[in-house]
Amino acid sequence: MSNANEQHKFPQSSTLITTLGVIAMLSGLLVVVVYEYTKPIIAENQRIATERAIFKVLPTAQTRLTFLVEGQSLTVADDKTIGELLYAGYDKNNNFVGVALNAAAQGYQDMVKLLYSYQPDTGCITGYDVLKSTETPGFGTKITTDEDFLANFNCLQAMVNKEQTGLENIIKTVRHGTKQHPFEIDAISGSTITSNAIGRMLNQSGQKLHPLIIKNLSLLKHPKAK
Amino acid sequence: MSSLKKNETPLTIDVFTAGLWKENPVFVMMLGLCPTLAVTNTLENSLGMSAATIFVLVGSNALVSALRNLIPKQIRIIAYIIIIATFVTMVDYLIQAISLDLHNKLGAFIQLIVVNCLILGRAEAYASKNGFTKSVISSLGMGLGFTLALIALGGVRELLGAGQLLGFQVFSPNFEPWVVMILPPGGFIVLGSWLLFFNYLQQRKITQLISKDKTSHCSITSN
Repeated sequence: MSNANEQHKFPQSSTLITTLGVIAMLSGLLVVVVYEYTKPIIAENQRIATERAIFKVLPTAQTRLTFLVEGQSLTVADDKTIGELLYAGYDKNNNFVGVALNAAAQGYQDMVKLLYSYQPDTGCITGYDVLKSTETPGFGTKITTDEDFLANFNCLQAMVNKEQTGLENIIKTVRHGTKQHPFEIDAISGSTITSNAIGRMLNQSGQKLHPLIIKNLSLLKHPKAK
Repeated sequence: MSSLKKNETPLTIDVFTAGLWKENPVFVMMLGLCPTLAVTNTLENSLGMSAATIFVLVGSNALVSALRNLIPKQIRIIAYIIIIATFVTMVDYLIQAISLDLHNKLGAFIQLIVVNCLILGRAEAYASKNGFTKSVISSLGMGLGFTLALIALGGVRELLGAGQLLGFQVFSPNFEPWVVMILPPGGFIVLGSWLLFFNYLQQRKITQLISKDKTSHCSITSN
């Protein structure tokens, strides 16, 4: 008798499925409304953040152009283009002043993403701006404040080899105080993991993109002529 | 339905204030300790996480309360999780729209609000048994209580760990920051210290009540 009552109380499967379906539809509706509302705002925020970073790493630039990496060639693109992008900066006389590139590697807590500037004429990496980092405050965050570490990027050598297949020297981070070559990064004492991440990401990006930049240098310098 | 209404307690100011102090989610109920320890290394992060948690807590509890008579108890937990995940996704987009910097700083902990036991706990223990208004007011009180706890932790940790508050230098440049305070052990040390302090206050209050009770008992006996 009690078993029969319990069975009677248990709702039918169709009721359970319908309820979950209704809740899922309601949830989906709420998420879509917020997504559609915030999508243009988020895109604009990302554009502003990228723009700010480009002009920070290329301080003499007044204007910039976005290029899409397609195999071994570059094509002029806009910010909404999906794919691997790099940015060329130009001064007020429209002279080419350098390239800004994205780089990322696993840090201590999460991925560290940054935008760095590369001067193809001198083969130097001359600075960077951190786009995303959740590194430990007081340790990993020193990559933006430690003057000795930032001095590595006055001219970090990242020249392309003669065959134009990669870098002449591997960019690597070395223990604090043991830097001997201009392509080495002197690590921050106590922030070795984040310092190593910077070295790794610059080497990875440099090996792939710097030869491509050299091959397409005339397009980057005179984009309108092409 | 009518029996539910009969069991409901009346709407008083206690519904709101309970979460602030008497049933503070962090210092009393020890709920939501993962974000409490993880993101309170600065006051700014604490405020950001608090705002996100309040949004999810109030929104999900309001919806759970509104739908409580329609959700069969056999599928209530999965339904609550769907509702909570919805509000977490919404707050994730909203924070990106408000500030990308804050979104980057809070990192994965925004998505992890979905498994914050404070939110599911309130949905199950309160919102599913009480009316819409009471659930909203109670969850707002709980959210503000959570905020107070995060501010208490974030403020002390940033002050001692960096000599700053909200990025503004408070101590002189000669102050040597206690870096341990902004590292994970600092979270445990500061939380433990606050719990010690509140337990001491509680113990003192109980001792005073007992001694007062004994005095009055003695005076009655002597009379």
